[in-house]
Amino acid sequence: MEMNNKLTPPERLDLIRDKDRPTVRDYIPMIFDEFIELHGDRYYGDDRAIIGGLASIKGIPVTLIAEVKGRNLNENKESNFAMPHPEGYRKALRLAKQAEKFHRPVICFIDTPGAFCGVEAENRGQGEAIARNIMEFMTLKTPVISVVLGEGGSGGALALGVCDKLAVLENSIYSVISPRGFASILWKDGGREREAASIMKITAEDMLELGVAEEIISEPFGGAQNDPSETAENISEFLLKTLKEKMAIDIDVLLNERYTKFRKIGEFEEQ
Amino acid sequence: MLEDLLDVVKLRFNVNSASDAEKDGEKDEKKENPVEIPKDLAFKCPRCLNMIMTDELVKNLKVCPECGYHSRISSEERLNLTIDKGSFIEFDKDMVSKNPIDFPGYDVKQSELREKTSLKDAVITGECKIRGIRCVIGIMDSRYMMASMGSVVGEKITRAFEYGAEHKLPVIMFTASGGARMQEGIVSLMQMAKTSGAVAKLSEARQLYIAVMTDPTTGGVTASFASLGDIIIAEPKVVIGFAGRRVIEGTIKQRLPDDFQTSEFMLEHGFVDIIAERKTMRRTLAHILKLNGYKPAEEV
Ligand SMILES: [Zn+2]
Repeated sequence: MEMNNKLTPPERLDLIRDKDRPTVRDYIPMIFDEFIELHGDRYYGDDRAIIGGLASIKGIPVTLIAEVKGRNLNENKESNFAMPHPEGYRKALRLAKQAEKFHRPVICFIDTPGAFCGVEAENRGQGEAIARNIMEFMTLKTPVISVVLGEGGSGGALALGVCDKLAVLENSIYSVISPRGFASILWKDGGREREAASIMKITAEDMLELGVAEEIISEPFGGAQNDPSETAENISEFLLKTLKEKMAIDIDVLLNERYTKFRKIGEFEEQ
Repeated sequence: MLEDLLDVVKLRFNVNSASDAEKDGEKDEKKENPVEIPKDLAFKCPRCLNMIMTDELVKNLKVCPECGYHSRISSEERLNLTIDKGSFIEFDKDMVSKNPIDFPGYDVKQSELREKTSLKDAVITGECKIRGIRCVIGIMDSRYMMASMGSVVGEKITRAFEYGAEHKLPVIMFTASGGARMQEGIVSLMQMAKTSGAVAKLSEARQLYIAVMTDPTTGGVTASFASLGDIIIAEPKVVIGFAGRRVIEGTIKQRLPDDFQTSEFMLEHGFVDIIAERKTMRRTLAHILKLNGYKPAEEV
Protein backbone atom coordinates (compact mmCIF):
# COMPACT_ATOMS: atom_id res chain seq x y z
CA MET A 1 0.00 0.00 0.00
CA GLU A 2 1.27 3.45 -0.85
CA MET A 3 2.45 5.69 1.98
CA ASN A 4 2.01 9.35 1.41
CA ASN A 5 2.93 10.76 4.78
CA LYS A 6 5.91 9.22 6.49
CA LEU A 7 5.65 10.86 9.87
CA THR A 8 7.99 10.29 12.79
CA PRO A 9 6.63 8.28 15.74
CA PRO A 10 6.17 11.39 17.96
CA GLU A 11 4.34 13.14 15.11
CA ARG A 12 2.03 10.15 14.84
CA LEU A 13 1.46 10.36 18.59
CA ASP A 14 0.21 13.93 18.06
CA LEU A 15 -1.94 12.87 15.16
CA ILE A 16 -3.75 10.07 16.96
CA ARG A 17 -4.48 12.44 19.82
CA ASP A 18 -5.89 15.07 17.48
CA LYS A 19 -9.37 15.84 18.75
CA ASP A 20 -10.70 15.52 15.21
CA ARG A 21 -9.32 12.05 14.60
CA PRO A 22 -12.35 9.90 13.76
CA THR A 23 -13.40 7.33 16.36
CA VAL A 24 -15.31 4.12 15.90
CA ARG A 25 -18.54 6.05 16.43
CA ASP A 26 -17.77 7.99 13.26
CA TYR A 27 -16.80 4.91 11.31
CA ILE A 28 -19.67 2.58 12.20
CA PRO A 29 -22.35 4.33 10.08
CA MET A 30 -19.89 4.72 7.22
CA ILE A 31 -18.74 1.08 7.18
CA PHE A 32 -21.75 -0.97 8.30
CA ASP A 33 -25.23 -1.14 6.76
CA GLU A 34 -26.76 -1.88 10.14
CA PHE A 35 -25.75 -2.01 13.78
CA ILE A 36 -27.72 -3.19 16.78
CA GLU A 37 -25.87 -2.53 19.99
CA LEU A 38 -26.02 -5.22 22.68
CA HIS A 39 -25.24 -4.35 26.26
CA GLY A 40 -23.73 -5.89 29.35
CA ASP A 41 -21.50 -8.73 30.44
CA ARG A 42 -24.31 -10.61 32.29
CA TYR A 43 -22.19 -10.62 35.49
CA TYR A 44 -21.76 -7.08 36.67
CA GLY A 45 -22.58 -4.24 34.31
CA ASP A 46 -22.25 -2.55 30.97
CA ASP A 47 -18.87 -1.00 30.33
CA ARG A 48 -19.14 1.98 27.99
CA ALA A 49 -15.46 1.81 27.04
CA ILE A 50 -16.28 -1.18 24.83
CA ILE A 51 -19.35 -1.35 22.66
CA GLY A 52 -20.53 -4.36 20.75
CA GLY A 53 -23.38 -5.87 18.87
CA LEU A 54 -24.77 -7.22 15.64
CA ALA A 55 -23.82 -5.54 12.41
CA SER A 56 -23.73 -6.17 8.72
CA ILE A 57 -21.20 -5.09 6.17
CA LYS A 58 -22.34 -5.24 2.53
CA GLY A 59 -24.92 -7.79 3.62
CA ILE A 60 -22.54 -10.02 5.59
CA PRO A 61 -23.68 -10.41 9.22
CA VAL A 62 -20.87 -9.93 11.72
CA THR A 63 -20.38 -9.34 15.43
CA LEU A 64 -18.78 -5.98 16.07
CA ILE A 65 -16.71 -5.23 19.18
CA ALA A 66 -14.98 -1.89 19.63
CA GLU A 67 -13.09 0.22 22.12
CA VAL A 68 -14.59 3.68 22.12
CA LYS A 69 -12.74 6.93 22.35
CA GLY A 70 -14.87 9.98 23.00
CA ARG A 71 -15.04 12.90 20.59
CA ASN A 72 -15.46 15.38 23.42
CA LEU A 73 -15.16 15.50 27.18
CA ASN A 74 -18.67 14.24 27.81
CA GLU A 75 -18.27 11.26 25.52
CA ASN A 76 -14.88 10.58 27.06
CA LYS A 77 -16.32 10.64 30.54
CA GLU A 78 -18.93 8.15 29.45
CA SER A 79 -16.42 5.83 27.82
CA ASN A 80 -13.73 6.36 30.48
CA PHE A 81 -11.31 7.58 27.79
CA ALA A 82 -11.54 4.14 26.18
CA MET A 83 -9.97 2.41 29.16
CA PRO A 84 -12.10 -0.69 29.79
CA HIS A 85 -12.92 -2.35 33.10
CA PRO A 86 -13.16 -6.15 33.40
CA GLU A 87 -16.87 -6.06 32.51
CA GLY A 88 -15.94 -4.55 29.15
CA TYR A 89 -13.70 -7.47 28.30
CA ARG A 90 -16.29 -9.91 29.61
CA LYS A 91 -18.96 -8.31 27.42
CA ALA A 92 -16.61 -8.65 24.46
CA LEU A 93 -16.09 -12.33 25.23
CA ARG A 94 -19.80 -12.94 25.64
CA LEU A 95 -20.49 -11.43 22.23
CA ALA A 96 -17.60 -13.31 20.65
CA LYS A 97 -18.94 -16.61 22.00
CA GLN A 98 -22.35 -15.70 20.61
CA ALA A 99 -20.76 -15.03 17.24
CA GLU A 100 -19.09 -18.44 17.36
CA LYS A 101 -22.41 -20.10 18.13
CA PHE A 102 -24.15 -18.50 15.17
CA HIS A 103 -21.19 -18.75 12.77
CA ARG A 104 -20.68 -15.02 12.44
CA PRO A 105 -17.23 -13.55 11.96
CA VAL A 106 -16.03 -11.11 14.64
CA ILE A 107 -14.64 -7.68 13.83
CA CYS A 108 -12.74 -5.88 16.61
CA PHE A 109 -11.70 -2.24 16.57
CA ILE A 110 -8.85 -1.42 18.93
CA ASP A 111 -8.42 2.10 20.23
CA THR A 112 -7.28 2.33 23.84
CA PRO A 113 -4.44 3.73 25.90
CA GLY A 114 -4.75 0.53 27.96
CA ALA A 115 -6.98 -1.32 30.38
CA PHE A 116 -8.14 0.87 33.26
CA CYS A 117 -5.85 0.87 36.29
CA GLY A 118 -8.04 1.35 39.34
CA VAL A 119 -9.36 -0.16 42.53
CA GLU A 120 -12.65 -1.39 41.07
CA ALA A 121 -10.88 -2.91 38.09
CA GLU A 122 -8.57 -4.85 40.41
CA ASN A 123 -11.46 -5.91 42.65
CA ARG A 124 -13.22 -7.43 39.68
CA GLY A 125 -10.15 -9.13 38.22
CA GLN A 126 -8.73 -7.02 35.41
CA GLY A 127 -5.89 -9.48 34.91
CA GLU A 128 -8.19 -12.47 34.76
CA ALA A 129 -10.57 -10.77 32.35
CA ILE A 130 -7.80 -9.93 29.88
CA ALA A 131 -6.16 -13.35 30.22
CA ARG A 132 -9.47 -15.12 29.62
CA ASN A 133 -10.16 -13.10 26.46
CA ILE A 134 -6.73 -13.77 25.05
CA MET A 135 -7.07 -17.51 25.58
CA GLU A 136 -10.68 -17.79 24.41
CA PHE A 137 -10.13 -15.70 21.27
CA MET A 138 -7.21 -17.97 20.39
CA THR A 139 -9.61 -20.91 20.05
CA LEU A 140 -12.76 -19.07 18.95
CA LYS A 141 -14.24 -21.12 16.11
CA THR A 142 -15.07 -18.26 13.79
CA PRO A 143 -12.92 -15.77 11.87
CA VAL A 144 -11.68 -12.80 13.91
CA ILE A 145 -10.39 -9.65 12.24
CA SER A 146 -8.94 -6.74 14.25
CA VAL A 147 -8.10 -3.19 13.25
CA VAL A 148 -6.10 -0.68 15.31
CA LEU A 149 -7.82 2.67 14.72
CA GLY A 150 -5.54 4.93 16.74
CA GLU A 151 -3.90 3.70 19.87
CA GLY A 152 -3.33 0.07 20.80
CA GLY A 153 -2.01 0.10 24.33
CA SER A 154 -0.87 -2.99 26.22
CA GLY A 155 -2.95 -5.96 27.32
CA GLY A 156 -5.99 -3.74 27.09
CA ALA A 157 -5.55 -3.78 23.33
CA LEU A 158 -4.43 -7.39 23.03
CA ALA A 159 -7.66 -8.51 24.72
CA LEU A 160 -9.33 -7.61 21.39
CA GLY A 161 -6.27 -8.36 19.30
CA VAL A 162 -6.01 -12.13 19.13
CA CYS A 163 -7.21 -12.56 15.58
CA ASP A 164 -6.65 -14.10 12.16
CA LYS A 165 -5.56 -10.86 10.61
CA LEU A 166 -4.55 -7.58 12.21
CA ALA A 167 -4.57 -4.34 10.27
CA VAL A 168 -3.22 -1.06 11.55
CA LEU A 169 -4.26 2.36 10.28
CA GLU A 170 -1.23 4.04 8.78
CA ASN A 171 -0.65 6.50 11.63
CA SER A 172 -1.78 4.28 14.47
CA ILE A 173 0.51 2.95 17.13
CA TYR A 174 0.54 -0.40 18.92
CA SER A 175 2.67 -0.79 22.01
CA VAL A 176 3.43 -2.85 25.08
CA ILE A 177 2.52 0.17 27.20
CA SER A 178 1.80 3.81 26.37
CA PRO A 179 4.99 5.77 25.56
CA ARG A 180 4.33 7.82 28.69
CA GLY A 181 4.13 4.68 30.83
CA PHE A 182 7.26 3.33 29.17
CA ALA A 183 9.21 6.50 29.96
CA SER A 184 8.02 6.57 33.53
CA ILE A 185 8.90 2.92 34.14
CA LEU A 186 12.31 2.90 32.48
CA TRP A 187 13.47 6.44 33.11
CA LYS A 188 11.19 7.48 35.98
CA ASP A 189 10.12 10.41 33.83
CA GLY A 190 6.81 10.29 31.96
CA GLY A 191 7.72 13.60 30.35
CA ARG A 192 10.12 11.78 28.04
CA GLU A 193 7.27 10.10 26.15
CA ARG A 194 8.29 11.48 22.72
CA GLU A 195 11.73 10.00 23.14
CA ALA A 196 10.12 6.74 24.25
CA ALA A 197 7.86 6.75 21.18
CA SER A 198 10.94 7.08 18.99
CA ILE A 199 12.69 3.98 20.29
CA MET A 200 9.79 1.67 21.17
CA LYS A 201 9.02 0.49 17.60
CA ILE A 202 5.32 1.29 17.67
CA THR A 203 4.45 2.33 14.12
CA ALA A 204 2.37 0.46 11.58
CA GLU A 205 5.52 -0.34 9.60
CA ASP A 206 7.17 -1.73 12.74
CA MET A 207 4.15 -3.98 13.29
CA LEU A 208 4.50 -5.47 9.80
CA GLU A 209 8.20 -5.97 10.26
CA LEU A 210 7.82 -7.67 13.65
CA GLY A 211 5.06 -9.98 12.40
CA VAL A 212 2.46 -8.45 14.69
CA ALA A 213 0.23 -7.03 11.94
CA GLU A 214 -0.44 -8.28 8.42
CA GLU A 215 -1.67 -5.11 6.77
CA ILE A 216 -1.47 -1.33 6.87
CA ILE A 217 -4.64 0.59 5.96
CA SER A 218 -3.69 3.88 4.37
CA GLU A 219 -4.96 7.22 5.61
CA PRO A 220 -5.59 10.31 3.53
CA PHE A 221 -2.75 12.80 3.26
CA GLY A 222 -2.27 14.49 6.64
CA GLY A 223 -4.20 11.82 8.54
CA ALA A 224 -7.63 10.20 8.91
CA GLN A 225 -9.26 13.38 10.20
CA ASN A 226 -8.70 15.08 6.84
CA ASP A 227 -11.11 12.73 5.12
CA PRO A 228 -12.97 10.34 7.45
CA SER A 229 -15.08 8.89 4.65
CA GLU A 230 -12.06 7.98 2.56
CA THR A 231 -10.53 6.33 5.63
CA ALA A 232 -13.79 4.46 6.26
CA GLU A 233 -13.76 3.28 2.67
CA ASN A 234 -10.23 1.94 3.06
CA ILE A 235 -11.18 0.12 6.24
CA SER A 236 -14.29 -1.26 4.60
CA GLU A 237 -12.32 -2.51 1.62
CA PHE A 238 -9.85 -4.28 3.91
CA LEU A 239 -12.65 -5.87 5.95
CA LEU A 240 -14.56 -7.17 2.94
CA LYS A 241 -11.50 -8.63 1.33
CA THR A 242 -10.36 -10.27 4.56
CA LEU A 243 -13.82 -11.57 5.46
CA LYS A 244 -14.04 -13.32 2.10
CA GLU A 245 -10.56 -14.72 2.51
CA LYS A 246 -10.96 -16.00 6.08
CA MET A 247 -14.55 -17.24 5.75
CA ALA A 248 -13.43 -19.55 2.98
CA ILE A 249 -10.86 -21.33 5.15
CA ASP A 250 -11.71 -24.54 7.00
CA ILE A 251 -12.05 -23.64 10.67
CA ASP A 252 -9.40 -26.09 11.93
CA VAL A 253 -6.90 -24.73 9.44
CA LEU A 254 -7.81 -21.19 10.43
CA LEU A 255 -7.31 -21.89 14.15
CA ASN A 256 -4.00 -23.53 13.44
CA GLU A 257 -2.86 -20.51 11.45
CA ARG A 258 -4.05 -18.18 14.21
CA TYR A 259 -2.03 -20.10 16.80
CA THR A 260 1.04 -20.15 14.57
CA LYS A 261 0.82 -16.42 13.86
CA PHE A 262 1.43 -15.66 17.55
CA ARG A 263 3.49 -18.77 18.25
CA LYS A 264 6.33 -17.59 16.05
CA ILE A 265 6.73 -14.09 17.54
CA GLY A 266 9.83 -13.80 19.71
CA GLU A 267 13.55 -13.45 19.09
CA PHE A 268 15.93 -15.78 20.88
CA GLU A 269 18.80 -18.08 20.18
CA GLU A 270 19.80 -21.44 21.56
CA GLN A 271 23.54 -21.48 22.11
CA MET B 1 4.23 -35.51 55.20
CA LEU B 2 7.10 -36.13 57.58
CA GLU B 3 9.27 -36.77 54.58
CA ASP B 4 8.43 -33.31 53.26
CA LEU B 5 9.25 -31.58 56.49
CA LEU B 6 12.56 -33.35 56.71
CA ASP B 7 13.43 -32.41 53.16
CA VAL B 8 12.60 -28.87 53.89
CA VAL B 9 14.64 -28.69 57.07
CA LYS B 10 17.59 -30.35 55.42
CA LEU B 11 17.51 -27.90 52.59
CA ARG B 12 20.30 -25.40 52.72
CA PHE B 13 19.53 -21.95 51.46
CA ASN B 14 22.13 -19.76 49.92
CA VAL B 15 22.49 -16.80 52.26
CA ASN B 16 23.93 -14.44 49.67
CA SER B 17 20.99 -14.68 47.37
CA ALA B 18 18.73 -13.42 50.15
CA SER B 19 20.28 -10.00 50.04
CA ASP B 20 20.09 -9.93 46.25
CA ALA B 21 16.40 -10.60 46.24
CA GLU B 22 15.97 -7.94 48.86
CA LYS B 23 17.82 -5.31 46.88
CA ASP B 24 15.43 -5.78 43.99
CA GLY B 25 12.41 -4.83 45.99
CA GLU B 26 12.50 -2.08 48.57
CA LYS B 27 15.10 0.62 48.33
CA ASP B 28 13.97 2.85 51.16
CA GLU B 29 15.37 0.93 54.08
CA LYS B 30 18.68 2.72 54.55
CA LYS B 31 17.83 5.79 56.61
CA GLU B 32 15.29 4.29 58.95
CA ASN B 33 17.66 2.15 60.94
CA PRO B 34 20.05 4.00 63.19
CA VAL B 35 21.79 0.75 64.05
CA GLU B 36 23.66 -0.47 61.01
CA ILE B 37 23.05 -4.13 60.40
CA PRO B 38 25.02 -5.56 57.51
CA LYS B 39 22.68 -6.32 54.66
CA ASP B 40 23.38 -9.99 54.40
CA LEU B 41 22.77 -10.50 58.11
CA ALA B 42 19.27 -9.09 58.23
CA PHE B 43 16.17 -8.86 56.09
CA LYS B 44 13.60 -6.12 56.34
CA CYS B 45 10.16 -7.57 55.74
CA PRO B 46 8.35 -5.41 53.17
CA ARG B 47 4.98 -6.32 54.73
CA CYS B 48 5.47 -5.83 58.48
CA LEU B 49 8.72 -3.83 58.23
CA ASN B 50 10.34 -5.91 60.96
CA MET B 51 14.04 -6.65 60.73
CA ILE B 52 14.58 -10.39 60.65
CA MET B 53 17.97 -11.97 61.09
CA THR B 54 18.86 -13.78 57.89
CA ASP B 55 19.64 -17.12 59.51
CA GLU B 56 16.27 -17.03 61.25
CA LEU B 57 14.57 -16.23 57.94
CA VAL B 58 16.41 -19.01 56.17
CA LYS B 59 15.48 -21.50 58.87
CA ASN B 60 11.87 -20.50 58.31
CA LEU B 61 12.09 -21.19 54.54
CA LYS B 62 12.42 -17.44 53.94
CA VAL B 63 8.96 -16.83 55.34
CA CYS B 64 8.73 -13.85 57.67
CA PRO B 65 8.29 -15.31 61.19
CA GLU B 66 6.47 -12.14 62.28
CA CYS B 67 3.76 -11.81 59.64
CA GLY B 68 3.94 -14.84 57.36
CA TYR B 69 5.05 -12.95 54.24
CA HIS B 70 6.49 -15.47 51.80
CA SER B 71 9.57 -13.68 50.53
CA ARG B 72 11.14 -14.20 47.13
CA ILE B 73 13.35 -17.23 46.65
CA SER B 74 15.48 -18.32 43.71
CA SER B 75 14.22 -20.79 41.13
CA GLU B 76 16.84 -23.24 42.37
CA GLU B 77 15.63 -23.01 45.96
CA ARG B 78 12.06 -23.41 44.77
CA LEU B 79 12.95 -26.47 42.76
CA ASN B 80 14.65 -28.08 45.75
CA LEU B 81 11.63 -27.43 47.93
CA THR B 82 9.13 -28.77 45.46
CA ILE B 83 10.31 -31.74 43.44
CA ASP B 84 11.73 -35.20 44.08
CA LYS B 85 15.48 -34.92 44.45
CA GLY B 86 17.35 -35.55 41.23
CA SER B 87 14.21 -35.80 39.11
CA PHE B 88 14.60 -32.53 37.17
CA ILE B 89 15.33 -32.67 33.47
CA GLU B 90 15.70 -29.09 32.31
CA PHE B 91 14.30 -27.87 28.98
CA ASP B 92 15.89 -25.21 26.78
CA LYS B 93 18.51 -24.28 29.31
CA ASP B 94 20.72 -22.42 26.88
CA MET B 95 18.05 -20.21 25.37
CA VAL B 96 18.92 -16.53 25.44
CA SER B 97 17.10 -13.49 24.15
CA LYS B 98 18.08 -11.37 21.19
CA ASN B 99 17.32 -7.68 21.06
CA PRO B 100 14.13 -7.60 18.97
CA ILE B 101 13.60 -3.84 18.97
CA ASP B 102 17.32 -2.96 19.15
CA PHE B 103 16.79 -1.38 22.52
CA PRO B 104 19.91 0.55 23.55
CA GLY B 105 21.90 -1.23 26.26
CA TYR B 106 19.67 -4.32 26.42
CA ASP B 107 22.40 -6.73 25.31
CA VAL B 108 24.89 -5.38 27.83
CA LYS B 109 22.37 -5.39 30.65
CA GLN B 110 21.56 -9.01 29.90
CA SER B 111 25.12 -10.26 29.79
CA GLU B 112 25.81 -8.51 33.09
CA LEU B 113 22.77 -10.13 34.67
CA ARG B 114 23.66 -13.54 33.29
CA GLU B 115 27.04 -13.23 34.91
CA LYS B 116 25.66 -11.98 38.22
CA THR B 117 22.78 -14.44 38.61
CA SER B 118 24.11 -17.33 36.53
CA LEU B 119 20.62 -17.46 35.02
CA LYS B 120 20.05 -17.20 31.26
CA ASP B 121 16.70 -15.49 31.65
CA ALA B 122 13.82 -15.25 34.10
CA VAL B 123 12.34 -18.76 33.98
CA ILE B 124 13.50 -22.35 34.24
CA THR B 125 11.34 -25.13 32.83
CA GLY B 126 11.59 -28.87 32.72
CA GLU B 127 10.13 -32.23 33.52
CA CYS B 128 10.25 -33.60 37.06
CA LYS B 129 8.51 -35.80 39.60
CA ILE B 130 6.61 -34.73 42.66
CA ARG B 131 6.18 -37.68 45.04
CA GLY B 132 6.78 -39.90 42.08
CA ILE B 133 4.23 -38.21 39.84
CA ARG B 134 5.61 -37.00 36.52
CA CYS B 135 4.84 -33.39 35.64
CA VAL B 136 6.12 -30.37 33.76
CA ILE B 137 7.30 -27.50 35.93
CA GLY B 138 8.16 -23.87 35.29
CA ILE B 139 9.61 -21.50 37.88
CA MET B 140 10.05 -17.79 37.33
CA ASP B 141 12.95 -16.05 39.04
CA SER B 142 12.55 -12.44 40.08
CA ARG B 143 16.31 -11.89 40.30
CA TYR B 144 16.41 -11.62 36.52
CA MET B 145 14.87 -8.28 35.48
CA MET B 146 12.01 -8.78 37.94
CA ALA B 147 11.07 -11.87 35.93
CA SER B 148 9.58 -9.70 33.23
CA MET B 149 8.27 -11.64 30.23
CA GLY B 150 10.23 -11.30 27.02
CA SER B 151 10.90 -13.68 24.14
CA VAL B 152 12.72 -16.31 26.21
CA VAL B 153 10.20 -16.43 29.04
CA GLY B 154 7.37 -16.58 26.51
CA GLU B 155 8.98 -19.27 24.39
CA LYS B 156 10.07 -21.51 27.27
CA ILE B 157 6.69 -21.34 28.96
CA THR B 158 4.90 -21.99 25.68
CA ARG B 159 7.10 -25.02 24.99
CA ALA B 160 6.47 -26.32 28.51
CA PHE B 161 2.71 -26.24 27.97
CA GLU B 162 3.08 -27.80 24.52
CA TYR B 163 5.24 -30.56 26.03
CA GLY B 164 2.57 -31.23 28.63
CA ALA B 165 -0.09 -31.43 25.91
CA GLU B 166 2.00 -33.72 23.75
CA HIS B 167 3.15 -36.07 26.51
CA LYS B 168 -0.09 -35.97 28.51
CA LEU B 169 1.51 -34.48 31.59
CA PRO B 170 0.17 -31.95 34.07
CA VAL B 171 1.88 -28.54 34.16
CA ILE B 172 2.76 -26.55 37.28
CA MET B 173 3.84 -22.93 36.87
CA PHE B 174 5.30 -20.92 39.74
CA THR B 175 4.63 -17.37 38.61
CA ALA B 176 6.44 -14.21 39.64
CA SER B 177 6.78 -11.19 37.43
CA GLY B 178 6.88 -7.44 37.25
CA GLY B 179 5.02 -7.79 33.94
CA ALA B 180 6.12 -7.18 30.38
CA ARG B 181 9.78 -6.91 29.38
CA MET B 182 9.74 -3.25 28.34
CA GLN B 183 13.04 -3.59 26.47
CA GLU B 184 11.40 -6.01 24.02
CA GLY B 185 8.49 -3.69 23.24
CA ILE B 186 5.52 -5.13 21.39
CA VAL B 187 7.29 -8.50 21.07
CA SER B 188 6.96 -8.80 24.83
CA LEU B 189 3.21 -8.07 24.66
CA MET B 190 2.76 -10.83 22.10
CA GLN B 191 4.18 -13.39 24.56
CA MET B 192 0.93 -13.01 26.48
CA ALA B 193 -0.95 -14.33 23.46
CA LYS B 194 1.57 -17.07 22.83
CA THR B 195 1.57 -18.44 26.39
CA SER B 196 -2.21 -18.17 26.80
CA GLY B 197 -2.68 -19.98 23.50
CA ALA B 198 -0.43 -22.75 24.81
CA VAL B 199 -2.56 -23.02 27.97
CA ALA B 200 -5.52 -23.64 25.66
CA LYS B 201 -3.54 -26.42 23.94
CA LEU B 202 -2.93 -28.13 27.27
CA SER B 203 -6.58 -27.73 28.10
CA GLU B 204 -7.60 -29.33 24.79
CA ALA B 205 -5.32 -32.25 25.67
CA ARG B 206 -7.30 -32.49 28.95
CA GLN B 207 -4.26 -32.08 31.16
CA LEU B 208 -4.22 -30.23 34.46
CA TYR B 209 -2.61 -26.83 34.83
CA ILE B 210 -1.82 -25.59 38.34
CA ALA B 211 -0.64 -21.98 38.63
CA VAL B 212 1.18 -21.09 41.85
CA MET B 213 1.35 -17.34 42.30
CA THR B 214 4.39 -16.11 44.23
CA ASP B 215 5.75 -12.68 45.02
CA PRO B 216 5.06 -10.60 42.94
CA THR B 217 2.67 -11.78 40.21
CA THR B 218 1.64 -8.68 38.29
CA GLY B 219 1.06 -7.04 34.91
CA GLY B 220 1.16 -9.02 31.71
CA VAL B 221 1.82 -12.32 33.47
CA THR B 222 -1.28 -11.87 35.64
CA ALA B 223 -3.13 -10.88 32.46
CA SER B 224 -2.11 -14.10 30.70
CA PHE B 225 -1.09 -17.62 31.75
CA ALA B 226 -0.88 -16.98 35.51
CA SER B 227 -4.62 -16.33 35.75
CA LEU B 228 -5.58 -19.28 33.56
CA GLY B 229 -4.80 -22.21 35.85
CA ASP B 230 -7.45 -24.89 36.31
CA ILE B 231 -6.39 -24.50 39.91
CA ILE B 232 -4.72 -21.35 41.20
CA ILE B 233 -2.68 -21.50 44.40
CA ALA B 234 -1.05 -18.48 46.02
CA GLU B 235 1.64 -18.21 48.66
CA PRO B 236 0.47 -16.16 51.67
CA LYS B 237 0.83 -12.37 51.82
CA VAL B 238 2.39 -11.97 48.37
CA VAL B 239 1.53 -9.27 45.84
CA ILE B 240 -0.88 -10.31 43.09
CA GLY B 241 -2.50 -7.82 40.75
CA PHE B 242 -2.69 -6.32 37.31
CA ALA B 243 -1.89 -2.62 37.63
CA GLY B 244 0.95 -1.32 39.75
CA ARG B 245 -0.07 -0.14 43.17
CA ARG B 246 1.65 3.21 42.69
CA VAL B 247 -0.06 3.77 39.36
CA ILE B 248 -3.44 3.32 41.01
CA GLU B 249 -2.51 5.48 43.99
CA GLY B 250 -1.42 8.17 41.55
CA THR B 251 -4.80 8.05 39.81
CA ILE B 252 -6.99 8.09 42.91
CA LYS B 253 -4.64 10.36 44.90
CA GLN B 254 -4.86 8.34 48.08
CA ARG B 255 -3.04 5.51 49.78
CA LEU B 256 -4.44 2.06 49.23
CA PRO B 257 -5.00 -0.29 52.17
CA ASP B 258 -2.11 -2.64 52.98
CA ASP B 259 -4.05 -5.75 52.04
CA PHE B 260 -4.91 -4.46 48.54
CA GLN B 261 -3.55 -6.83 45.85
CA THR B 262 -2.47 -9.56 48.26
CA SER B 263 -3.09 -13.29 48.03
CA GLU B 264 -5.76 -12.90 50.69
CA PHE B 265 -7.41 -10.08 48.71
CA MET B 266 -7.42 -12.24 45.59
CA LEU B 267 -8.94 -15.18 47.48
CA GLU B 268 -11.65 -12.93 48.90
CA HIS B 269 -12.45 -11.59 45.42
CA GLY B 270 -12.67 -15.05 43.90
CA PHE B 271 -9.50 -15.17 41.82
CA VAL B 272 -7.48 -17.73 43.79
CA ASP B 273 -8.51 -21.26 44.81
CA ILE B 274 -6.13 -21.98 47.65
CA ILE B 275 -3.61 -20.12 49.76
CA ALA B 276 -0.89 -22.60 50.67
CA GLU B 277 2.17 -22.09 52.82
CA ARG B 278 5.58 -22.83 51.42
CA LYS B 279 6.18 -25.68 53.86
CA THR B 280 3.05 -27.48 52.65
CA MET B 281 3.33 -26.65 48.93
CA ARG B 282 4.88 -29.91 47.81
CA ARG B 283 2.29 -31.91 49.74
CA THR B 284 -0.54 -29.73 48.38
CA LEU B 285 0.61 -30.15 44.78
CA ALA B 286 1.02 -33.92 45.14
CA HIS B 287 -2.43 -34.17 46.68
CA ILE B 288 -4.08 -32.21 43.86
CA LEU B 289 -2.24 -34.22 41.20
CA LYS B 290 -3.36 -37.44 42.84
CA LEU B 291 -7.01 -36.39 43.04
CA ASN B 292 -6.83 -35.50 39.36
CA GLY B 293 -5.92 -39.09 38.59
CA TYR B 294 -2.17 -38.72 38.07
CA LYS B 295 -0.28 -41.66 39.52
CA PRO B 296 3.35 -42.10 40.54
CA ALA B 297 5.47 -43.38 37.65
CA GLU B 298 6.56 -46.96 38.13
CA GLU B 299 9.86 -47.43 39.87
CA VAL B 300 12.62 -48.43 37.51
ZN1 LIG C 1 6.81 -9.68 57.97
